[in-house]
Amino acid sequence: MTTCPECGADVTLPDDVETGEILDCATCGAELEVLSTEPVELDVAPELEEDWGE
Amino acid sequence: MNVGVLYSRIRRDEKLLLSELRERGHEVTKVDVRDQQFTLSNAPEGLTDCDVVVDRCLATSRSKYATRFLDHYGVPVVNSAETAALCADKAETSLALSAAGVPTPETTVAFTTDAAMDAIESFGYPCVLKPVVGSWGRLMAKLDSKSAAEAILEHKATLGHYEHKVFYVQEFVEKPGRDIRVVAVDGEPIAGMTRSSDHWLTNAAKGASAEPFEVDDEVAELVARASEAVGGGLLGVDLMETGDGYTVHEVNHTVEFKALDDAVDVDVPAAVVDWLESRVEETATDEQTVEATT
Repeated sequence: MTTCPECGADVTLPDDVETGEILDCATCGAELEVLSTEPVELDVAPELEEDWGE
Repeated sequence: MNVGVLYSRIRRDEKLLLSELRERGHEVTKVDVRDQQFTLSNAPEGLTDCDVVVDRCLATSRSKYATRFLDHYGVPVVNSAETAALCADKAETSLALSAAGVPTPETTVAFTTDAAMDAIESFGYPCVLKPVVGSWGRLMAKLDSKSAAEAILEHKATLGHYEHKVFYVQEFVEKPGRDIRVVAVDGEPIAGMTRSSDHWLTNAAKGASAEPFEVDDEVAELVARASEAVGGGLLGVDLMETGDGYTVHEVNHTVEFKALDDAVDVDVPAAVVDWLESRVEETATDEQTVEATT
């Protein structure tokens, strides 16, 4: 468990959380990027860019 | 083996891949492409020790350049820089498919709104206007009338980025409410699925529903030829049913496979890792052969 950098609410982490993974804050809906896992550090994820995709 | 994973965002696809690699005991070197600098002489730290680097960049621009630099350093990378360059740009993909004789929708590229309008009128309505770079069905326009075409062309001409002034006009294919996605490695299908929607866009990212698709001989052959046309590798080949056959409308080089993995019984990440292992093994064998003969 850690806190959302956008709204401060608790964010539940998956057991296999990965650096670079995106989590959704269940309270404010912000997309959060996992910057590190030990300790877990979150930041608001970058906005979608035009050339993103597959 | 030591597998480099070049990424900027870990999607479920990357998590599946990382999990499979680690479960098999492979060393994984995760490299966030946003932190890297690519010089003309030295590969970024960590990547030179990799037996293979898997390009999973989310941004097409980064994928194109990063693979090109890795190729320059002699670091084995999948997919190749050549494949990335061809698949990242729809005009390049169309040309590659056409040159290989793979059926693909009729396409015209124009550089001014007037020339694009002429092309649209030649196709008739509906036809389709796509960005040359983009994914997930974004900024795709089905043009149902001349007035709609005029409005969209004007918008594209003022969007700012020069790529929006490369007008990629395509015939509208009357597909049966679905298209087909086949994920393949070097032209060999891993599995296929249909993506169905009431909307004309049937991308999984647009909420289309996925069902397993049994890859028949005709589709398998087209997938093999489309793969070869863009240089092979781990690819998502998209096809539409035309009534009397298939047409290949897209080849994706940083393919997302989570929807396919959910839809079919095949373990897609396991098949991808099988392929990576065999590639690394083949490369090692080739190197030993060269050493033995010199």
